[in-house]
Amino acid sequence: MIDRSYTPGKDAIVENGWYRAHKWLIARRLSQVIFLALFLVGPITGYWLVKGTLSSSLTFDFLPLTDPHVLVQSLFAGHDIKTDAIIGAVIVVVAYVLFGGRTYCSWVCPINLVTDVANWGRQKLQLKGGVQFSRKTRYWVMAVTLIVSAATGVIVWEMVNPITLLHRALIFGMGVAWAAVLAVFLFDLFVSRRGWCSHLCPVGAFYGLIGKLSFLRVSAVKRSACNNCMDCYAVCPEPQVITPALKGADKNVGPIITASECTNCGRCIDVCAPDVFKFTTRFDTGEVEAEKSVAAMEEAA
Amino acid sequence: MNSKDPKAKGVNRRQFLADSAKAACGVGAFGLGLGLYSNSAKSLPSSAIRPPGAGAEADFLGACVRCGLCVRDCPYDTLKLAKLGEKVPVGTPYFVAREVPCEMCDDIPCVPACPTGALDPKLTNIDDARMGLAVLIDHETCLNFLGLRCDVCYRVCPVIDKAITLDIIANTRTKKHAIFLPTVHSDHCTGCGKCERSCVLETSAIRVLPHEVAKGAIGKHYKLGWKEKEKKGESLIKGQGIFDMPDRLPTPRIAK
Repeated sequence: MIDRSYTPGKDAIVENGWYRAHKWLIARRLSQVIFLALFLVGPITGYWLVKGTLSSSLTFDFLPLTDPHVLVQSLFAGHDIKTDAIIGAVIVVVAYVLFGGRTYCSWVCPINLVTDVANWGRQKLQLKGGVQFSRKTRYWVMAVTLIVSAATGVIVWEMVNPITLLHRALIFGMGVAWAAVLAVFLFDLFVSRRGWCSHLCPVGAFYGLIGKLSFLRVSAVKRSACNNCMDCYAVCPEPQVITPALKGADKNVGPIITASECTNCGRCIDVCAPDVFKFTTRFDTGEVEAEKSVAAMEEAA
Repeated sequence: MNSKDPKAKGVNRRQFLADSAKAACGVGAFGLGLGLYSNSAKSLPSSAIRPPGAGAEADFLGACVRCGLCVRDCPYDTLKLAKLGEKVPVGTPYFVAREVPCEMCDDIPCVPACPTGALDPKLTNIDDARMGLAVLIDHETCLNFLGLRCDVCYRVCPVIDKAITLDIIANTRTKKHAIFLPTVHSDHCTGCGKCERSCVLETSAIRVLPHEVAKGAIGKHYKLGWKEKEKKGESLIKGQGIFDMPDRLPTPRIAK
């Protein structure tokens, strides 16, 4: 059991300094704020960088981007989609195939700020227990969004999707969208640990599927240096993805985190005092080679 | 793991089935709820008008991704996105004619702005738009109908003399004046809402309504003699003579 009263990453702060122990966290928050700001500059200043919302947007009156999950729902709803949106979705899919599907979740999605704060509060208040869903639930929810879209002819998730509700509310006017966001916050704070983003959200599930092929990966490249402090598990929103890579040396499993649920948030890199993790590509075989040469040397000796 | 122990395997299978059933039921219930909610949220209040090129409401909600790009490209800030809590499906574009009507731009900028085609890109002439249909809904308060001359809805109509005409009928109250009755023609009315916006009454007597609310249907079997005659160019029964129906004079009752 992880004792949640301690602060993960303390060793890393002592070892590597505060800045390096928060590097990716800061970068990620900056990214989230910048992505939001890009959409907000237009409505506030009248100088349009990006028009639209996360469901579909137009950057510099030139680059169309469309959320592929929304588009697939529209396809299931039986709509004959115009090329602009298809091009937009293809660009988004290609981008996330390169940079990791769920990179969207931790670097772009505005709800992540809400659920991260909820999780932080949960740790600070030392709240335990609550409902635990299977981590596969999100894939079922995603399937349901497609099936119900087909059955009703409506892009059904957009009626309730808290991501676009919040994003649209910030850009076009709030209404009572705050209530939906508050519901997600309270759900993650009191009801279910990391409940929304890591168990239920079908948008994250969809990006996860895209990310199966992702080029960018986190690798436990120096896993032999792991001192089992468990800090990475404590900060990771999807801790199940770490084990195969970190502890897979004996089972001949590579050090690269290949599970598509990994959000590439990089927090494990931050909090690791012995610097086990780093961002790399899925084709990086560096550590495997190194391990092989160590094994060869040991054999020779 | 325990493949050698049949007991443990049985329990695992049972556990697996139970868990699967739970998940399936939970997700199924969620799906039903979502479907019912989306169905009930399909209804649009009659005061909310979709942008030009939007199809029937059911088709529109399968196509609109609620991005707001049409709203951004509307030069008159006519269009707005529904906020959560309003009666219009959240995030979808609409306008309220009485507040800001559609100015019927020649280049219809909202239509090409739509990335998905929820606003039909084939709509290139704004006169072909059918956002709704204006209806002179209240005969009791319309000034023209009272025999006065207001004419404002007629004057502001961008398709004047086609979409709205003033039809002259007799004023039965004064018995000597005319009533200039504003009459909307669905062949030409785009549903822009300028008439509703400019109605001088406190509450507009003319309103843009969805077609399915505003229009009657005459029935396919119904033939209008004068139209058939127009189509043929001559009377349909020409040369057949006029039927001479038997005459019957009133006969006195014979008391028994």
